[in-house]
Amino acid sequence: MSHWSTAPETDASGLPLPCPTALSRPHWDGCARGELLVQCCADCGRRVFPPQPVCTACFSERLGWERSSGRGLIYSFTVVHRPPRPEFEVPYVIVIVELEEGWHMLSNLLDCDPDAVAVGDPVEVSFETRAGMVLPMFRRRGA
Amino acid sequence: MARQALHDVAIVATANTRQARRLDGETDTALVLAVMRELLARSGLRPADIDGVNVVAPVGGIHPRQAAHWLGPRPRWCGTEYMGIAAVLEAAAAIATGQATTVLLATAQAGAYGERGATAPWTRPSYEFTECFGLYTAAEFALCARRHMTLYGTRHESMATVAATIRNNGHRHPGAASYGRAPLTPDDVAASRMVASPFRLLDCCITSEGGGGLLLTTAERARELPVTPVYLLGAGTDRRGLAYTRAPLWEECGDIGARAAARSFAQAGLRPADIDVCEFYDPFSFEIIRQFEAFGFCAPGEGGDFVLDGRIAIDGEFPVATNGGLLAFSHAGTLQMLQKVIAACEQLTGAAPPALRVPEARVALASNGGSGALFCDVMILGSERP
Ligand SMILES: [Zn+2]
Repeated sequence: MSHWSTAPETDASGLPLPCPTALSRPHWDGCARGELLVQCCADCGRRVFPPQPVCTACFSERLGWERSSGRGLIYSFTVVHRPPRPEFEVPYVIVIVELEEGWHMLSNLLDCDPDAVAVGDPVEVSFETRAGMVLPMFRRRGA
Repeated sequence: MARQALHDVAIVATANTRQARRLDGETDTALVLAVMRELLARSGLRPADIDGVNVVAPVGGIHPRQAAHWLGPRPRWCGTEYMGIAAVLEAAAAIATGQATTVLLATAQAGAYGERGATAPWTRPSYEFTECFGLYTAAEFALCARRHMTLYGTRHESMATVAATIRNNGHRHPGAASYGRAPLTPDDVAASRMVASPFRLLDCCITSEGGGGLLLTTAERARELPVTPVYLLGAGTDRRGLAYTRAPLWEECGDIGARAAARSFAQAGLRPADIDVCEFYDPFSFEIIRQFEAFGFCAPGEGGDFVLDGRIAIDGEFPVATNGGLLAFSHAGTLQMLQKVIAACEQLTGAAPPALRVPEARVALASNGGSGALFCDVMILGSERP
């Protein structure tokens, strides 16, 4: 619960930026090219995210990178009114998106009425630049 | 039922310092020393009787091996778990395997939070796939609660009932950080400002400062001490990965603690209906609903109704978080995990404040962790030696 103490990278406004690792670099490089990449297990076909050195379904090390359609449905969401750091503009929406390929990722839902968000809403990825890093966020798509 | 090594271990003393939102001028090192002294006084033991230590004061940099040195030169066992049920279980294992006979656990938190206006430091993960999206503890648990609402139609009214019930316990506990506050209704919870939907301010735990601890020894030795022992009937852990690094999926964490509870009940030879006191971990109101389901007190999806109609009040069938829990008693570093065991012991020894005492409490279940935390540990304690 209390093991993290390293200060994160932030942009000029103080918003946190991800610090890619050797393991995660392909994902972030994909975002910079406008592609949402996810690890896929060559042995069992499971998508693995966030990136891991082995498949969390079958322990295989034969993980490759695959491009996701970037389309999915809202699996769960929360509208945040009290942010973890004051630089976040509230309210903002955190979503878990269930991608079409059956994997999930945590992100933000942009340009939406926070009171109208619902589980099951269709969304698609939208690449947003924050201080040179491209972050995969989501917007609603037409029903 | 097979004989459990756990059954040969007893808790012979518990202690708490004052708990408050801030303990101005206090240090966590001074607090753990006060707790250690109180535990010795209450148990009738001398420093030289303690041969196992797990004492942590994070701000002061005090770790178990340093605290062991304070107690003199005897060979000692030191714990490594960072407090809570896991630390009690680790200490019990040390006693049961002959590594130590008497173990002192204590921790404290004071003077840690410098950034007012932001959330507590440990709730801010530095992880690349969560932090940039503004995830933190309340939001993580909220994502789990929302999924439950979607799957089962659970309403915030149930969460507000949990929050009001637990907070009102704390408002009546003289040792609680929130002692003396006016009674709350579920409507008051529902009217408090939104933090991370569906959680409002009063659905969320407080942050506070304070110290606490407990002493374990063999059941044999416990009988020779001038104390009312509490016995360990069963325990279990359930760990499902590192929290705050990935999306918390209900399929992966919705029933977390189920395996821990199943092992605990099996070791104790008991069922949920046998539990008199439910010292469930309450970082957020919804987690109480979830734990009643995960621990087998009710079926999946029924937790929202289960907590209504006074069932979880002090005079109800399953009183929850009787000292006010993380919502009102205290949430100081990692001490709040140990507080669940301490609260169970206070009920089982009749040491709980009269207004909050559960009549004829003989068996209590304590838990730590939760869905968003991706771990949940359970311990069942009893007033009679198994
Ligand atoms: Zn695989």
